[in-house]
Amino acid sequence: MTGARAPAGSPSRVEEVLAGDVAQAARLMRDLDDQIPGAVDELKRLYPATGKAFVIGVTGNPGSGKSTIVDCLIGRYREQGLRVGVVAIDPSSPFSGGAILGDRIRMQRHATDPGVFIRSLATRGHLGGLSRSTQDIITVMDAMGNDVVIVETVGVGQDEVDVVSTAHTSVVVLVPGLGDEIQAIKAGILEIADLLVVNKADREGADRTVADLAMMLDLRPAEAREIPILKAVATRGEGIDALVEGLAAHRRTLDQEAEGRRRRLERAKTRLKDLLRAMALDQALARLEEGSGLAHLVQRIAERELDPYTAAEQVLADLFTPGPLST
Amino acid sequence: MSSQRKIRILVAKPGLDGHDRGAKVVARALVDAGYEVIYTGLHQTPDMIAAAAVQEAVDLVGLSIMSGAHMTLFPAVQEALERRGVSDLPIFGWGIVPEEDKAALLEGGVDAIFTPGTPTTEIIEWIETNVRPRVEG
Repeated sequence: MTGARAPAGSPSRVEEVLAGDVAQAARLMRDLDDQIPGAVDELKRLYPATGKAFVIGVTGNPGSGKSTIVDCLIGRYREQGLRVGVVAIDPSSPFSGGAILGDRIRMQRHATDPGVFIRSLATRGHLGGLSRSTQDIITVMDAMGNDVVIVETVGVGQDEVDVVSTAHTSVVVLVPGLGDEIQAIKAGILEIADLLVVNKADREGADRTVADLAMMLDLRPAEAREIPILKAVATRGEGIDALVEGLAAHRRTLDQEAEGRRRRLERAKTRLKDLLRAMALDQALARLEEGSGLAHLVQRIAERELDPYTAAEQVLADLFTPGPLST
Repeated sequence: MSSQRKIRILVAKPGLDGHDRGAKVVARALVDAGYEVIYTGLHQTPDMIAAAAVQEAVDLVGLSIMSGAHMTLFPAVQEALERRGVSDLPIFGWGIVPEEDKAALLEGGVDAIFTPGTPTTEIIEWIETNVRPRVEG
């Protein structure tokens, strides 16, 4: 129905998105999330108009207060007169494929502000803490004129660190009382942080958590970049000034230093590789369907007639060689 | 690319009462049926619901109303949706609604009302019959 009202690929929708039309942008996001053919062509036309928004990633354990922190950030950026887009991601059920997307609950006070656009996404089986469509949704938010785009990942454990290749600045939110668990998270999630926030800092053990984090950061090489550790009580708005200032300071370093350029290149490289991987897989599967089909190949591997490496090599060889299929 | 429309449903709890159990039970059933449910929580004004429906590009708006204010709240949400340019969005609800009120609401353009005791499977069936063809069409 989304497609029926505004046909994918119509020139007008691209223009309307660029003019900031919320309904049209929302429908394009929907088509991108659903992988409707043609939506990507519109995205291609939006791309030259993007790259202006400051993209902030907010990640951390479930229940650490990410949504409340995002809510506070929206408020502060609106006070500065900036337009804010929010992409909030929750996990899809691996069993039903459904999802409950509840991050808007904590951002209710911004629901009718025309300068705020909140979009909830389900992971739809994608790992890494984001949905497959997240980068595209950010692009649309950027194209429609949002000055800041905040990406709230699913509650992460250790490996869900895709946000670092998507956001300009990554905020990792922790809570006191993790104890030895902090050891477990140091490897993955601390390394992606540009800013660390110890939220719910009115709870016992907050200073201890800050000290533990500082000690772990001290273990890094002397030339490692500085990562501020901030305390916050987001439900009362405490510590948010320092967070906003920390984000601004980090953005200034990105603007001025080689680090900003390095990260831009790194993000572009990751994006290209992700797309190549996804598109090559889609094409390989489509090509297989032209021939004897995926099921046949899978069966031969399962029955040990063929090893999976040889099978994959054959599929790839067929993909890049015109003519009849060999599998 | 493999495309697939996933049905997205806004579940909202308008009005002043704080009974969100019904909303959560239905939301849970919708998720188990494979839909994406945007749950906005308690005390939603009609305009908050309409704004969320537009931003989230949903296929369907569901309202849980236990306060007895259904005759006011449904038309208010319908008007808010119209003001935001999405008057063609299907809208349904559940809660304690007397039969005569239900008839009046359906007459007024609400697409379905489910009253207490309705198995959630009936809601899913209604969505599959009435909403899915629009989404995939």
